[in-house]
Amino acid sequence: MSLLTPERPEPAPTPPPTAAATSRFDLRRFGLAVAAPALAVVVALAVASIALLVSGSNPLTVYARMLEEGTTLRSALITVNNAVPLYLSGLAVALGFRMGLFNIGVEGQYQLAALLAAAAGAAVVLPGPLHLLFVVLVAMVVGAMWAGVAAVLKTTRGVSEVISTIMLNVIAGGIAAYLLSTYLQERVEGSNNSRTPRLDESARFPNLDPVLRAFGVEPPQGTRLGGFVLVAAVVGVVYWLLVSRSRFGFDLRATGLSPSASVASGVNAKRMTIVTMLMSGAIAGLVGLPQLVGSSYAYGLDFTSGLGFTGIGVALLGRGSPVGVAIGALLFAFLERSSATLQRIDVPTEIYVIMQGSIVLSVVVAYEAVRRIGVAQAERAVRRAVDPEVAA
Amino acid sequence: MTDPSVPVVRLQGITKRVPGVVANRDVELTVRAGEVHAVVGENGAGKSTLMKILYGMQRPDEGTIEINGSPARFRDPGEAIAAGIGMVHQHFMLADNLTVLENVVLGAEPRKGLRLDTDAARTRINDLSDRYGLGVDPDALVEQLGVGDRQRVEILKVLFRGARVLILDEPTAVLVPHEVDELFASLAGLRAEGVSVIFISHKLDEVLRVADAVTVLRQGTTVTTVDPRTVTARQLAELMVGSELPTPETRESTVTSMVELTVEHLTVRSPEGRPVVEDVSLQVHRGEVLGIAGVEGNGQVELVEALLGLRASTGTVRLGDRDISDWSTRERREGGIGYVPEDRHRQGLLLPATLWENRILGHQGRKPARRGLWIDRGAAKADTERIVREYGVRTPGVGVPAFALSGGNQQKLVVGREMSGDPSLLVASHPTRGVDVGAQAQLWDHLREARRSGLAVLLVSADLEELIGLSDTLVVMLRGRLVATLDPASTTPESLGSAMTGATA
Repeated sequence: MSLLTPERPEPAPTPPPTAAATSRFDLRRFGLAVAAPALAVVVALAVASIALLVSGSNPLTVYARMLEEGTTLRSALITVNNAVPLYLSGLAVALGFRMGLFNIGVEGQYQLAALLAAAAGAAVVLPGPLHLLFVVLVAMVVGAMWAGVAAVLKTTRGVSEVISTIMLNVIAGGIAAYLLSTYLQERVEGSNNSRTPRLDESARFPNLDPVLRAFGVEPPQGTRLGGFVLVAAVVGVVYWLLVSRSRFGFDLRATGLSPSASVASGVNAKRMTIVTMLMSGAIAGLVGLPQLVGSSYAYGLDFTSGLGFTGIGVALLGRGSPVGVAIGALLFAFLERSSATLQRIDVPTEIYVIMQGSIVLSVVVAYEAVRRIGVAQAERAVRRAVDPEVAA
Repeated sequence: MTDPSVPVVRLQGITKRVPGVVANRDVELTVRAGEVHAVVGENGAGKSTLMKILYGMQRPDEGTIEINGSPARFRDPGEAIAAGIGMVHQHFMLADNLTVLENVVLGAEPRKGLRLDTDAARTRINDLSDRYGLGVDPDALVEQLGVGDRQRVEILKVLFRGARVLILDEPTAVLVPHEVDELFASLAGLRAEGVSVIFISHKLDEVLRVADAVTVLRQGTTVTTVDPRTVTARQLAELMVGSELPTPETRESTVTSMVELTVEHLTVRSPEGRPVVEDVSLQVHRGEVLGIAGVEGNGQVELVEALLGLRASTGTVRLGDRDISDWSTRERREGGIGYVPEDRHRQGLLLPATLWENRILGHQGRKPARRGLWIDRGAAKADTERIVREYGVRTPGVGVPAFALSGGNQQKLVVGREMSGDPSLLVASHPTRGVDVGAQAQLWDHLREARRSGLAVLLVSADLEELIGLSDTLVVMLRGRLVATLDPASTTPESLGSAMTGATA
């Protein structure tokens, strides 16, 4: 040591990371992950309460009523059924989010996919499960192709996928309306509805009522548990494996976190964009199927619309995690279902739209707030470990 | 004039707690009129925080600021400027398409009625320029000025606003040696006129040449203030680090006869079709460090990115005996090229991701991270722990996000990762930039050790001592071409500096 050097011990070697320290840290991170959506729901309840008060209703009465209505067996089954397409839609959007791609085009992708899958399914005759599989595959391929248009535009011409998918929604709507009024239409006697021919029995997805009964639950009259919830669960597991555990998923997330660093690490950005967009579109293609193969068996003018847009909110709420998206989808479906009763007490059912909207808005803010807390926590943890004196 | 015995700036007991960086603790700084006062310290020692506090960009949690003997409290830079404190940032803030005069008056325009009083401004600028010996032409277009001139315009800008205390943040980082001489001449002019200069630097030779007093910061607090005439650069460095220093001296040569990297007639064009790297040919042998010297912006970035396959180029690149000219970035990296990028935040790390996930980056397709189609998380974590251990990365664990580490520790992680998986060639851009002296020495040791075991290294650096100290061969890059080959043994920073500007080419 030189004379000039004031007394300061050599920097201590880094202590080996202890399991306890790591798991404590992970636990905190988990707590933070849950805090944001919870906070958002609280804020949304507050906003909705103000709206209710302004319109002269007692929020507590309304919420009690919603809770009462929403927790009946009948409502629970409907909530799950309605959550399935929202979940698929949310996953389609979330997959893009993970690599920083904004697929706003789920709406158009699923509409077109459902229409063409309905038409193709009605046009062929295949034995049992093959027929169903065929319909599912057609829907996924059509969804992927339609999303692929945006991917190709982005990689070859640099067109933002936000713009192109929004426009493709409109085009898809136009194409669907045209096809439905011309080639793919089956006239229905005594109805204004245009729709495709009905799918054969072999292309219909069995419902899960027998399973419910096996557990001693009798579905109320006119209600059933759609079988597509199983497909959604499988998609969720595959999504998780793909994003969180596979090499492809690593490239995907790396691209989302830092495009420049992922390119330097050898990720082919264009290929990544195309593959992800195709996969997102394929999931989007499934969104219309619970209805197509589970209840309506045809695509018509009255086919459910708007699921693609609600899916964006669900994906935001779920933050790209399959469990989070599931919770988001169930929450949205629950709000919609439980508010259906409000008409009877003279409260506009649209209150659930206000709630959904404020959840989406406040979740964005809440995630940012929680992210900053997380950043500060991590930095403090490192400082404490590295230099206890400064952290003190 | 003020009483010369009263310091123009006096900071006492300054404490600032900032998440993530070493805060200031009890910092003392006293600057007298007409003094060049150097503030030195490693990166992260708290120099910038201290200057931000003095310049009103941050407010201290504790401590007092006195200007000319009276207490001051700055809420924003505007108030600091009003009190006569000006700052010249490391990165210039000039509008290229305006003249010097327009840049100088911007935001502080002398008016005649509603119009800009150009004549008054010109007179004032000429006055200032003459008085302080800055030699600035008010009517020149900024885009036509060199780096040294731009810096003087920045200084003039600050003086124009009435500054009596000038903060210069690493002013020589962007300058070549003869421009440094000119800057120091200007500082002498300022000093003669009673202006005080606070000179932030970690280039100790320069500090010793120009400063009247040197304050050393370490880990956020003042170590001491010394008289530069009584210390050597080495002693100063030891004060900064708190321990004795290694040097980047080259030892016995380890260069082998086996060529690892061959580049022939490599040309890279800008999007506009202008060649930014032109007809470059070079070879790096196993066990050799080839240093590329050059003022930044002469094609080094493009050359490096072309070698990694990140940029389109023409010509031939061979790794060992394989022609890799048409390989993708991933193929090249898996073929044995390690890459320490110039900007670790942009190209080297996923800041929000954990350390072990960062270990995988660039190694997705290789052991230990890969298990078939899947990521082997356990093996990746274990290997990250190895890097943390071997490279002395200071972190509580491998599960923390990368942004939480200090720059030096991030860089150790990056270098450790790129040395993993037995690369045969390491392309290293500014491997120790923004890294403190202690970490720098460690990184040099690792590079040297790898070179001894046969690694070929292509080293791009702006640190001339690092280049001379580590390289076996030095080439100079100027305007996209290799213009000179030098022997580091007989090269000094000065001779290298003039070669970089084309003086000896």
